[in-house]
Amino acid sequence: MSESKIRVVVAKPGLDGHDRGAKIIARALRDAGMEVVYTGIRQTPDQIVSAVVQEDADVLCLSILSGAHNHLFPKIMKLVHGEGLDDVLVLGGGIIPEEDQPPLLEAGIQAIFGPGTPTGEIISYIRDNVRER
Amino acid sequence: MAKRTLDEWEELFRAGDKRALARAISWVEDRDPRGEALAARLADRPPTAWVLGITGPPGVGKSSLVEQLALRLLDQGNTVGVLAVDPTSPFSGGAVLGDRIRMQRTVVQAGAFVRSMGTRGALGGLARATPAAIHLLGAFGHDVVIVETVGVGQSEVEIVKSADTSVVVEAPGLGDSVQAIKAGILEIGDVFVVNKADRPGANRAALEIESMLQLGLETLDWVPPVVQVSATKRTGLDEMLVAMEKHRTHLEESGTLESVRAERRRAHFFSALHERLEELARDFTGAGAAGELLAGVAAGTITPESAAARVMPCFELAPAEVEEAQDAA
Repeated sequence: MSESKIRVVVAKPGLDGHDRGAKIIARALRDAGMEVVYTGIRQTPDQIVSAVVQEDADVLCLSILSGAHNHLFPKIMKLVHGEGLDDVLVLGGGIIPEEDQPPLLEAGIQAIFGPGTPTGEIISYIRDNVRER
Repeated sequence: MAKRTLDEWEELFRAGDKRALARAISWVEDRDPRGEALAARLADRPPTAWVLGITGPPGVGKSSLVEQLALRLLDQGNTVGVLAVDPTSPFSGGAVLGDRIRMQRTVVQAGAFVRSMGTRGALGGLARATPAAIHLLGAFGHDVVIVETVGVGQSEVEIVKSADTSVVVEAPGLGDSVQAIKAGILEIGDVFVVNKADRPGANRAALEIESMLQLGLETLDWVPPVVQVSATKRTGLDEMLVAMEKHRTHLEESGTLESVRAERRRAHFFSALHERLEELARDFTGAGAAGELLAGVAAGTITPESAAARVMPCFELAPAEVEEAQDAA
């Protein structure tokens, strides 16, 4: 009797300390039946990728409000691909202006959800796009 | 991306690839048959890891202590696997796993592997898959495996069946000497740690535990030490590790380590057996003769206990199943 759960890492890279949004997402995903590893603020790319590897995460949610997404997200994606984690669903959230989004999507972020996105939308997106193990 | 075969995953596991270890743990958590299949293939790698269980009430600082412990063990040249268990919601089936956040320095060490687990409904402080995960961490080659229990309190004694050395963590102000003599986790500690020793009441808490231990002294061949530490102020931590190592030495020198591990394997078998019996019960539909019993229970003419006793013969393991099980072993 299989009992698989969607495993999600929620991380805040860089120096941004505003974690209310990330915690709201973590709780919403928990209430949707997912197992959420909340790694907290001030995560280095190494810490984030170690979480994705060791926790066998299906989904990585990166939250950033400091504006450093252009620098940090591609760096993280490089490490993610370097570890061969190509089927992990990587989502971005926080303050990411529309004009910054195309290169991030090209770097491998699959979708970006701005502030005020209904959590139900994020949950549906994950369920529709997550890999099968 | 093509899916990997079990052979490929096995090769990666043997080569020390952390992704394979992580995937194997997911399999046993998810009851994916590949988990058992891989574990059976790894029979040539019996674990020799020292298994440390860390338990105690919520908020005493277990995760912070595990981080400090892991860093010291890594410094000594050990490889360390950590399992951190957090509660699964009985309503949504989901969980927020928040122990890893206290282990920021450990997680990026090459010799460390930190994995969070939701209880997924199991009681007693561990997840159902925790014994299997401990086995996998050992088969992977870790020298030490640290298991941090959920931490909901007094009845978390499951850890003692899975660990070589059980460590009970307390903090000042959580109760008086009457609290200290109640049944439960205070009975299972091989080492007691009073964390947050910088706070008032630490000495008293340590004394109360020591007094409780004194009451049972004649029956103990190992007298659990009581150590005061502060994970955040970094005091007492080396002494804590020394106390744990003394217990490990005691197990080795008294010849009880092997029997402790044999007992652990037996306990794992019984837990696997319970699981299969629970599945039988869950799938029970009450067809045929059993249906009459169920109807009697619903009508109030038979007590649930007598019906349960009388329904047992209805569960027949087909002879073919038993043969298959013997072949697979």
